[in-house]
Amino acid sequence: MFSFVAKRLLGAVPTLFVIITIAFFMIRLAPGGPFDSERAVPAEIQENLNRVYHLDQPLVGQYWLYLKSVLEGNFGPSFSYKDYSVTELIWAGFPVSMELGLTAVFLAVIIGGALGSLAALKQNRTADYTIMTAAMTGITIPNFVMAPLLTLVLGVYLRVLPVGGWGDGHELKYKILPVVALALPQIAYVSRLTRGSMIEVLRSNFIRTARAKGLSEWLTVTRHAARAAFLPVVSYLGPACAGIITGSVVIEQIFSIPGIGRYFIQGALNRDYTLVMGVVIFYGVLIILFNLLVDVLYGVLDPKLAHR
Amino acid sequence: MSVTPLDAAGVAMPAQGTSLWTSARRRLMRNRAAMGGLIVLIIIAALAILAPYISAHAMDDISWEDIGAPPDWANGYYFGTDSNGRDLFARTLYGARVSLMVGVLASIVSLVIGVTYGAVAGYLGGAVDNVMMRIVDILYSLPFMFFVILLTVFFGRNIFLIFVAIGAVEWLDMARIVRGQTMALKHREFIEAAHAFGASSPAIVRRHIIPNILGPVMVFVTLTVPKVILLESFLSFLGLGVQEPMTSWGVLISDGARDMETAPWSLLFPATFLAVTLFSLNFLGDGLRDALDPKDR
Amino acid sequence: MLRTRAAFGLSMAFALLTMTSTLALAQDAGQVLRIGNGSEPQTLDPQISENTQDSHIERDLYEGLVVIDKDGKVAPAQAESWSVSPDGLVYSFKLRPGLKWSDGTPLTAEDFVYSWRRAVDPATGSKYSFLYYPIKNAEDIATAVNKDVKSLGVRAIDPQTFEVTLKSPTGYFTRLIGHARFLPVNKAAIAKYGNQFTRPGNLVTNGAFMLKDWTPQSRIVAVKNPNYWDAANVKLSEVDYYPIENQNEELKRYRAGELDVTNEVPSDQVDFIRKDLPGELKIVPYLGSYYMGFNLSQPPFKDNLKLRQALSLVIDREAIVAKITKTGEQPAYSWVPPGIAGYQSQFLDWKTMPMPERIAKAKELYKEAGYGPDKPLNLEIMYNTSENHKKIMIAIASMMKQALGVNVTLVNQEFKVFLETRKEKKATQLFRAGWIADYADPNTFAELLQSDAGLNDMGYNNPEYDKLVKTAAVTVDPEKRIQMLQDAEKLVIRDLPMMPIYDYVNKRMIKAYVQGFDLNILGYFYSKNVTIAKH
Repeated sequence: MFSFVAKRLLGAVPTLFVIITIAFFMIRLAPGGPFDSERAVPAEIQENLNRVYHLDQPLVGQYWLYLKSVLEGNFGPSFSYKDYSVTELIWAGFPVSMELGLTAVFLAVIIGGALGSLAALKQNRTADYTIMTAAMTGITIPNFVMAPLLTLVLGVYLRVLPVGGWGDGHELKYKILPVVALALPQIAYVSRLTRGSMIEVLRSNFIRTARAKGLSEWLTVTRHAARAAFLPVVSYLGPACAGIITGSVVIEQIFSIPGIGRYFIQGALNRDYTLVMGVVIFYGVLIILFNLLVDVLYGVLDPKLAHR
Repeated sequence: MSVTPLDAAGVAMPAQGTSLWTSARRRLMRNRAAMGGLIVLIIIAALAILAPYISAHAMDDISWEDIGAPPDWANGYYFGTDSNGRDLFARTLYGARVSLMVGVLASIVSLVIGVTYGAVAGYLGGAVDNVMMRIVDILYSLPFMFFVILLTVFFGRNIFLIFVAIGAVEWLDMARIVRGQTMALKHREFIEAAHAFGASSPAIVRRHIIPNILGPVMVFVTLTVPKVILLESFLSFLGLGVQEPMTSWGVLISDGARDMETAPWSLLFPATFLAVTLFSLNFLGDGLRDALDPKDR
Repeated sequence: MLRTRAAFGLSMAFALLTMTSTLALAQDAGQVLRIGNGSEPQTLDPQISENTQDSHIERDLYEGLVVIDKDGKVAPAQAESWSVSPDGLVYSFKLRPGLKWSDGTPLTAEDFVYSWRRAVDPATGSKYSFLYYPIKNAEDIATAVNKDVKSLGVRAIDPQTFEVTLKSPTGYFTRLIGHARFLPVNKAAIAKYGNQFTRPGNLVTNGAFMLKDWTPQSRIVAVKNPNYWDAANVKLSEVDYYPIENQNEELKRYRAGELDVTNEVPSDQVDFIRKDLPGELKIVPYLGSYYMGFNLSQPPFKDNLKLRQALSLVIDREAIVAKITKTGEQPAYSWVPPGIAGYQSQFLDWKTMPMPERIAKAKELYKEAGYGPDKPLNLEIMYNTSENHKKIMIAIASMMKQALGVNVTLVNQEFKVFLETRKEKKATQLFRAGWIADYADPNTFAELLQSDAGLNDMGYNNPEYDKLVKTAAVTVDPEKRIQMLQDAEKLVIRDLPMMPIYDYVNKRMIKAYVQGFDLNILGYFYSKNVTIAKH
């Protein structure tokens, strides 16, 4: 196990290198630059700005410079939020996104897993239909519909929770709606996936054997079925986790949450080269870590898959 | 070990001779929920095709007197009008054309690539799996928006590009799920038995692995369809998706979401159509899974 | 059992949330103003800022020599008076006595010298340094032709007298320096903190308020500056600026009582607002023009004035502002929006013609231009993605189709891609554009259509026009200058390189208890004038 993890972490270096390289050139190939706006500036000023921000050198040269500074742990200043460095912005926003994201994922696994298992055990009965109808509804309603609906009803009409904002970051009332909006579709996803694979697993030979051996239904489900049934959920959740804890653009914009989710879109729209590269690398690291975690979890869920 | 993705791609659909298909079809026909779903889908597709004949107004005609008007049967605005005074009934039906096509085609693209890629990686394991999955990691990490912008810049606007753009991201989840399932199946007795009997690797993947992972795959496809349909509206934002005056459910829903309080009809109707479609697809998917399940055979 | 587990999970999840959370106590609103401010500011460094949301905050934190008051007029601020030499080249500003920075140190004319030099210094990287070009040597310094920043035409005669020497007489100079790019910054703080000088705790300013807290993407808090010269008349104790990009959510927060003033008003909600929140919608003219540019360097619009006229005639601007934008925008028939004191905007001569007559005339012109029912024009309209633009383009397309049978294709692009495409002048035919005045003078519009102007994406090239605008810029006599600019606008209206659609307005929701929140024609407001009434 240890050597497996170590090997994979070592393998992450070339993977990251490829991500940085492709992303760097992709971003620079796109039309438009960080200083373009409806207000066109004289060419000499444009040149001067490029010089100040080192955009006047050949692209390959800039790429090497960027690699060097990344190795030194410096992701450069942001082009669109000029008073902050990319590192500062990510470290200021990530804890916020992560707090909301982890809570949502946690809720999704617990509630979604339980509901999905329940539906599978009661397959084709009322409980199953109710849960799956709810889940499908949850999947159908995108968060850009759900979030405004929540703020409208609970924030404007009933005034029980704030519409948006973050306060000083320590007030529970600002976090409830975003977490709910973030968790609902994930709960639906997880319950749908769990139900599907649980039905599959419950039909398989080893569960039949367990039942034949006289094991109680509860033990059969929790000890044997749940593990195998969670495999596809875990496969899905790995990359999904990386996405959720880096924040959702829609949720963060609607609730005005100071996370990093919006930097993925806003950074790109602003052609904020350094900020986009910063979040791409950050996200890449998380993807690699979570997929590694998933592979480790496979071994836990199904001992036959344990890595040598 | 000579399984190339190409070999496997040709056999992603289980092909065990006609008997499988006939019996599967018979089983599917007996499944009422699945058949009901299929019929609803056919009706929606028919509505989409017949849109110009059954709507009272053209989808791009502006009525300056009826801007943002609520549903009114008397003047033919069954679903009301949008904020440009255009008939939402016609627009919802027209929107079905793009959304159904994108939803189904892009999901199939992601299904074929994802299942093939995931099954091959999971079955072969070792270094091949490692490299293939690192490629997936890389693709996950690349900035999607720039990918889309570059597509529009280099290839202009083309409906085909929508599938490329969506397909390029949506197969990744599928590949990871299939790989996980394949790895779990690989060590099962019946696979090892098939191996012992001398079955070739492509044959094992085709005959034993893929049919046995259809369950989670079908479930995941039904999850992919709504994602893809809504993703299309984001592509429109970047100038790649449908262009005005053409529309799609994704675009209608995101426009409607803005006005949900003052013009709820502009959200309600397209959203209902989308929901009904997804429920139907879901029932059909479940039915297909049951019909093709090797364990029931 | 499953259910108990789920319940346990649920409580765990909320425990996770509460670990970092405490329930907040309701705080006394008092004299606190909470403003929706669009998006996150790029910077609070006034010389580097580019966007309006930055400038709104900066005008509260800093104060320049003059302010542009609520009527759009120049009023004394840090300078209590000024004089101009007879040749219009030398401006001498007398600072108020006893001016101080927020840290209590004295503010002198040297601070303005430092700040203005900093703005044109290429090393600063100011995008807006071109606003300084009327000042002697500014252009040469900003473009690194002249490496001596000290040669800029500004100097401190004594601690209270700041003198500016211009390159040539510039009639709008005092209007120009009301712009936020001319605000002074504190030399000591910059020397000490470098590029971190704008952080709370580091930032030293000279305005009515000073920075207390800044959480990016969430909130900026400014509190009253006791060292401000007019502090006795500043009623507010605190101003909070919230960057809220989503206009619908901003309105909801306003309705829920979380904001006192919004940054924008979504046009789809206007009917609802007029009915349910009467008197809270404030609309004031905004010196900006929303127009459609013709690409004059490519067919079909190259050398085809009649076609341009025909298309311009069939756009029912009244319908667009009444049914689409809905918030009091004015139908536009001129290049320079009306409303600049002393200037007569030049209108298209068919401004008052009724729509049917316009269409009849347009049909004739369309035919003379070589098009007709059997040979319709195939036109591509390009715009950047936005809900508002989309609705307007759809309306324009339908008007052209209905009146003339033009086959219109709408093409939307992501903003920066659009800017690039527009600038290249190759793929565009008819495109959306807009211009908001930098300062309240027609020159800010006139400059734009010069053949060498950066934003002249139409490719308008009329030497006569260029000459008029350039001569006007160096003309001392205000009446002659204005006449030349009016003559120049006449040429634009004749040549029609673009068609004006509407003139912008500034629209905000303002709670009834917020008094003195005045918006001028440039969209400026000064929180120092605001009082929160009892409510």
